[in-house]
Amino acid sequence: MEEELNEEYYKAERKTEWRDKLRKEIKAKERTDISRVRMPEADPNVRNKSNLEVNKGLTLEMAIAESHRCLDCAVPTCIIGCPVGTNIPKFIKYLEAGDILGAAEVLKENNSLPAICGRVCPQEIQCEAQCFYVKKLSKEGAAIGHLERFVADYAREHGEATIPALAEPNGIKMAVIGSGPAGLTVAGELAKFGYDVTVFEALHDLGGVLKYGIPEFRLPKSIVDYEINTIKNMGVKFITNFIVGKTASIADLKEEGYVAFFIASGAGLPNFMNIPGENYSGIQSANEFLTRVNLMGGGNKDFDTPVHTGKNVVIIGGGNTAMDSVRTAKRMGAERAIIMYRRTMEEMPARAEEIKHAIEEGIEFINLASPIEYFADERGKVNKMRVQKMELGEPDASGRRRPVVIKGSEYDIDVDSVVIAVGVSPNPIIQQSIPELEITKWNTIKVDGNMMTSIPGLFAGGDIVRGGATVILAMGDGRKAAAGMHSFVQADVFANI
Amino acid sequence: MFKIIEKKFLSENVAKLVIEAPYIAKSRRAGHFIILRIDKNGERIPLTISDADVEKGTISLIVQRVGVSSHKLCAMNAGNFILDVVGPLGKATHISNVGTVLCAGGGVGVAPLFPIVQAMKLAGNRVITIIAARNKDLVILENEMAEYSDELIVMTDDGSKGTKGLVTQGMEEVILREKIHQAIVIGPAVMMKFAALTTKKYDIHTLASLNTIMVDGTGMCGACRVSVGGKTEFVCVDGPEFDAHKVNFDEMLSRLGAYKDKESENYEAYVKSCEAVSLN
Ligand SMILES: Cc1cc2nc3c(=O)[nH]c(=O)nc-3n(C[C@H](O)[C@H](O)[C@H](O)COP(=O)(O)OP(=O)(O)OC[C@H]3O[C@@H](n4cnc5c(N)ncnc54)[C@H](O)[C@@H]3O)c2cc1C
Ligand SMILES: Cc1cc2nc3c(=O)[nH]c(=O)nc-3n(C[C@H](O)[C@H](O)[C@H](O)COP(=O)(O)OP(=O)(O)OC[C@H]3O[C@@H](n4cnc5c(N)ncnc54)[C@H](O)[C@@H]3O)c2cc1C
Ligand code: SF4
Ligand code: SF4
Ligand code: FES
Repeated sequence: MEEELNEEYYKAERKTEWRDKLRKEIKAKERTDISRVRMPEADPNVRNKSNLEVNKGLTLEMAIAESHRCLDCAVPTCIIGCPVGTNIPKFIKYLEAGDILGAAEVLKENNSLPAICGRVCPQEIQCEAQCFYVKKLSKEGAAIGHLERFVADYAREHGEATIPALAEPNGIKMAVIGSGPAGLTVAGELAKFGYDVTVFEALHDLGGVLKYGIPEFRLPKSIVDYEINTIKNMGVKFITNFIVGKTASIADLKEEGYVAFFIASGAGLPNFMNIPGENYSGIQSANEFLTRVNLMGGGNKDFDTPVHTGKNVVIIGGGNTAMDSVRTAKRMGAERAIIMYRRTMEEMPARAEEIKHAIEEGIEFINLASPIEYFADERGKVNKMRVQKMELGEPDASGRRRPVVIKGSEYDIDVDSVVIAVGVSPNPIIQQSIPELEITKWNTIKVDGNMMTSIPGLFAGGDIVRGGATVILAMGDGRKAAAGMHSFVQADVFANI
Repeated sequence: MFKIIEKKFLSENVAKLVIEAPYIAKSRRAGHFIILRIDKNGERIPLTISDADVEKGTISLIVQRVGVSSHKLCAMNAGNFILDVVGPLGKATHISNVGTVLCAGGGVGVAPLFPIVQAMKLAGNRVITIIAARNKDLVILENEMAEYSDELIVMTDDGSKGTKGLVTQGMEEVILREKIHQAIVIGPAVMMKFAALTTKKYDIHTLASLNTIMVDGTGMCGACRVSVGGKTEFVCVDGPEFDAHKVNFDEMLSRLGAYKDKESENYEAYVKSCEAVSLN
């Protein structure tokens, strides 16, 4: 796997006869003259009132046309940009050759959730940013994400629902804590090695942020469920409503025979800004808002869960969570759905595509501004916020220019709902239940190169190790940890013979 | 799926449910709660674990009908299944031998008070318990409380049972009569607010168990947040018990009302649908 992903391997692959031939069929100049495919999208004024998936997916013709753009470079720099080292030219060339299920197999070599990554990876700063087109030609990169999604969707719709080859069951019990992308990846990988894997999930539904955070219009729940089902079919057991550290401790699970553990409990704790009036009713975290809508059916009259919306909704923040919240608020009927961000459009951490979609859907942006106080009516419900303007100063540690307050620039906005999306912190439940576990000052769990924590046999990965990061990084950690857990258990097994 | 083993009404609007949940039964301590979801369209609601039987692997819940979910729950029977039950949640009550403890419960606050009374007694404290209700039909857990209390005072608003008056009056009488080392108050937010003001006058350390609105119960959403001593705390993970003299009850009351309009709408729709069924 990872160790095979070296230049020699790519070169050898690239020299295979069929790829040589395919490459030569179209001249490089002709390839670079093709313009990048445009993803068909639902009409902004229709989709902003429904849960329709915004990106409709490429047609076969579009996907093949785009596959022609990929030059099958001798040094495929795109791969460096992918945190799991997807063999990008290889899968695109299978696609170009018309072997779409073959392309899907390539994706599955490194990535167990390509239909999800094709939709949610920030490609413009990962694989596509390193593409030859961007680096050397100053053109738009190959549409790697769109093609990845196309191939994975095609395989799901046309292929047989196959599961990867599994080793003989070895009866060794492994526990995974959390069913987000990190946990799902570890579970799938460990099942391939033949382990008896159980995933424990605190919520009543599986998928972590993929389910409760990222909305339906961006990542349909049916796709997440399909992937989870594949992992179930590989023999992995899932137990919902089970909080490790509360329902039972890791020590209890050890007694039940689990020999190694993977902690993938995520960064689920919402940050607040601690400004006056922030606890008025009508002010909620993005997690609360999105969970009520995505996980609990809030806003759907067949479900009992209520949710706060309003005519004037302001979302504080500029990341994916803020973008998901503001677009959800719009879909729930807000007349003004506003992003308030303290820097400018350029610094926004959200995926470029989400920002584009948000603008098309009529989202307002108030940049270079930050709330300083909230006010409420006599029932304690928020009705106004005080905002101060900012300007950009010197770059800070993150390299982004630091927002500086403009004195005397305060003004008020009428609001009836506010959603706070200014970041998350690691979930502390596990750390609190194992005091001897080493953690950082940000409360993330410390791990070594194999993703093992300070306690032998206890591994961790994803947002609980990185703080709020990305789906693909969480999955990358999962793959590494599965390998680490496998060697750990094997060493242990042999030591005990 | 979690099976209901036993169900009975303790009063007109309060039911006791015994539910099969072996892991939770084993891990729970006094003060812990669970969150349940009745069916796939249900909301997640928090309820205190009022008792547990480790051998049988069961927990008991005592629920008061106030809105849609609690009505649906009270309409369920032994043999039915609850889709989701998760817990135990929250921090357990810190139980130690402090001397004399005054435990005051109002309305359905009596249910979450019971495991604390029990644990305080078993830890060797002198326990004086006050349970208050609007009228005699709403008094619950009288025998259970009596068993673990050195003294039990029953109070009703209309005097139909026990002493007539508010819980705060009962508390004050006890406080004036003997030295109280610690107080614990659980009930509607308004009651806790005034109970806290009462004990503050006499400088008695007091805990209140807060029943805020919750979603996940694991610190993920912040729906349950309250200001305690000027600091924002999450009731589900930092509580549910806090120093009652530091809690901002007015803020808590306004947050409890956050979904009031929508909930009343849901509730009316639910009542109508029930009527429609019974007419058919
Ligand atoms: C709204 C939103 C939008 C996002 N958009 C993108 C995007 O477009 N692209 C992208 O790459 N990334 C995005 N991210 C970030 C990405 O979702 C996360 O980085 C990723 O999900 C982390 O995966 P994880 O497996 O570490 O944790 P999570 O997905 O957070 O899953 C953790 C799971 O563990 C469970 N859990 C926690 N504690 C326990 C316990 N004690 N016992 C049992 N279970 C437990 C939780 O309930 C949860 O289900 C977004 C995040 C949010 C919130
Ligand atoms: C930690 C904790 C422990 C609890 N333990 C118990 C218990 O043991 N037994 C019990 O009966 N209840 C308990 N509660 C309260 C219980 O969760 C609510 O009564 C329940 O969620 C109401 O749901 P519903 O759909 O029936 O009513 P809703 O439709 O949600 O509400 C109906 C009315 O009740 C009000 N209301 C809503 N939630 C609360 C609340 N938390 N407190 C006071 N009023 C509220 C609403 O404003 C509304 O007017 C506890 C709450 C917490 C946070
Ligand atoms: S997994 Fe993400 S980063 Fe890697 S190739 Fe696919 S879209 Fe690009
Ligand atoms: S860098 Fe771009 S053009 Fe080259 S192989 Fe990768 S995707 Fe294709
Ligand atoms: S209920 Fe969500 S944080 Fe407490």
